[in-house]
Amino acid sequence: MNADETPRLNRRHLLGLEDCSREEIRLILDTADSFKEVIERPIRKVPALRGKNIVNLFFEPSTRTRLSFEIAEKQLSADTLNFTASASSVVKGETLRDTARNIEAMKVDCVVVRHSASGAPLFLSQCLERAVVVNAGDGAHEHPTQGLLDLLTIRDHMGRIEGLRVAIMGDITHSRVARSNIWGLRTMGASLVVCGPPTLIPPDLEATGVEVTHRLEEAIDGADVIYALRIQLERQQGGLFPSLREYARLFGITPERMAHAKPEAIVMHPGPINRGVELDSAVADGSRSVILDQVTNGIAIRMAVLYLLNGGGEREDA
Amino acid sequence: MRSVCERMTEGRETVVIRGGRIVDPATGRDETGDVWICDGRIAEPQANQSGATVIDATGQIVFPGLVDMRTHLREPGYEYQETIRTGTQAAAAGGYTAVVCLPDTSPPIDNAELVRFVRDEAGGADVRVHVAGAATRGRAGEQLAEIGEMAAAGIVAVSDDDRPIDHPAVMRRVFEYTRMFDLPVMTRCEDRRLIGEGVMHEGIMSTILGLKGMPAAAEESVVARDILLADLTGGRLHISGVSAAGSVEQIREARRKGIRITADVTPHHLVLTDEALRTYDTHLKVNPPLRTRRDRETLRAALAEGIIDAVASDHAPWSFDEKCVEYAAAPFGAIGLETTLAVVLTELVQPGHLTMLQAARALSLAPARILKLEAGTLRPGLPADVTVFDPQKNWTVCPEAFFSRSRNTPFDGRKLVGRTTWTVVGGRVLRWSETS
Repeated sequence: MNADETPRLNRRHLLGLEDCSREEIRLILDTADSFKEVIERPIRKVPALRGKNIVNLFFEPSTRTRLSFEIAEKQLSADTLNFTASASSVVKGETLRDTARNIEAMKVDCVVVRHSASGAPLFLSQCLERAVVVNAGDGAHEHPTQGLLDLLTIRDHMGRIEGLRVAIMGDITHSRVARSNIWGLRTMGASLVVCGPPTLIPPDLEATGVEVTHRLEEAIDGADVIYALRIQLERQQGGLFPSLREYARLFGITPERMAHAKPEAIVMHPGPINRGVELDSAVADGSRSVILDQVTNGIAIRMAVLYLLNGGGEREDA
Repeated sequence: MRSVCERMTEGRETVVIRGGRIVDPATGRDETGDVWICDGRIAEPQANQSGATVIDATGQIVFPGLVDMRTHLREPGYEYQETIRTGTQAAAAGGYTAVVCLPDTSPPIDNAELVRFVRDEAGGADVRVHVAGAATRGRAGEQLAEIGEMAAAGIVAVSDDDRPIDHPAVMRRVFEYTRMFDLPVMTRCEDRRLIGEGVMHEGIMSTILGLKGMPAAAEESVVARDILLADLTGGRLHISGVSAAGSVEQIREARRKGIRITADVTPHHLVLTDEALRTYDTHLKVNPPLRTRRDRETLRAALAEGIIDAVASDHAPWSFDEKCVEYAAAPFGAIGLETTLAVVLTELVQPGHLTMLQAARALSLAPARILKLEAGTLRPGLPADVTVFDPQKNWTVCPEAFFSRSRNTPFDGRKLVGRTTWTVVGGRVLRWSETS
């Protein structure tokens, strides 16, 4: 790729999809498409980010997102370092600002951050003068690379996003995945219905332009994409629903319920799955499931985001 | 731009504030004229000006001295955030002549000894410092504090400040017990169990930002409880920091029934809404939280109508390190002593939400009456507490120029109009001017 022709994102950081334009999202998806070929090669490496330092700053436990970012970084030839909160400064009481400033002092180019506090990546970006920030999930706010990999997966399977009807099931209140999907899908022209118990639907959600229903059949009916969110046991302990059994009975996606869906409808899940709760195993492993494609696409999307934000291709000759 | 202060008189001299626009809501007076001060008190106009210190107030506005009902002076215990000295300097610079020190110090002001400590420390301060004593021991909401002893030491109100008294029977006893001292009970209405870990108003913005919400019902339900308990006991309820439209309706209804109830609102709730939180700016993290436009419009109308009596700064200093963290981890609170007057003038009086008389009532007369202070009016014979300001002076909020030890203002960088030029406390005149 020639440096002059390298398309750019209109931003320094990727903090969320809420303010991403259709053009920016399309650029990321198209760039990810071109990286898919790399993933399929026997030697899965391009020199795009050679010489760049990327720190994966994870203040919250995560296996697959961190792994996915790390693979993406290595395939772009970046030097990567992992920082996990439990093992490091947070225990000593260091503030996020000090952590950020120390990282910057080490001349890091890019910080991939996951944090339990909504808005922490924005705060981090304000503390950093030079480094690029990629949000890998902040509280219940956004998880933009997840939203993007979901968009890519939908586009792969359905050939388009515009005009599709997407049903998102489960705990919307605590879900950053739901929010990033809502913004991304709305921007790309899909219509959305969300479904869950009222205790797990945040207030005034309709104002974001989605329909809300509490009846699973209503959500599945006519949907092109059925997206189940992970239900967390601690929400039951918090009194938001009575039991996993009742939840599964009311909101679990089973083969019987899928019979009401469009024949070409696909099933998605951000993982990890609670089998038999939000998703029946027969559905999770069934022919309509594209869950593992999401995982593969996650690497392509993260490569694309890191590449575009870090000015990839610029120094290919170096 | 930083204010500098010059002491012009020591208190006994005869002073005439000449040619200003005198705004005295106790009498409804709003006209150009002179205010005379003799021997530390407001005096009748005199024929002979010779020998008097003359303050030329042409083009200036003269208010009875501003009274802040709720100031966190932080001393003893949190001197790194504010001290009585820095807090009272900030108050005077902001045009206040009296503040009420809230009891959330460490240790909390829940006994007469601490009341005396604060009053003694404030002895030479630029403004009068009154004290609100804790309603319950240690502000723990369980046992009554020694309110009688604190009353003897001069407290003007009881309050557990930002800690609501959760237990209704304890709240009932506070209302009953304070009746014999006729002290107002300043309560923050909040159902802490309903709020849980909420950090902002619950609504579309909390949904978008993924932050835990604090529903308006958490405030309104406790407003309802406290009104019922005030009615039951005959206690004097003062609701601090009304933020929700539903609370206003209940206060209006209670007033109609003749229940003794007063209320205040902060400048930030009158000006800002939860939409401003898009930036996750911790300086906008306050409790009660910034709510919606509809709530803000209701609060403005209620203040003009007198359903809400007073504007209180709720000046709550926090250090840079405490506020410079991710939103959820930051403490609640904002400072306001040095901006409240100008914010009220710029955001409420200028656009026509409040008249100048209503502004003077909310900032001076109403709090003085609720706290039963000899203040809030320019009637001859009262202590000479006067605020003079230039209503045309444009300035930009610059936290580095504050007298306060803390910088956590929600109005950083805001362009305001109206600036203190003289404050008079008991006849002692301070002149405020600017260096650049």
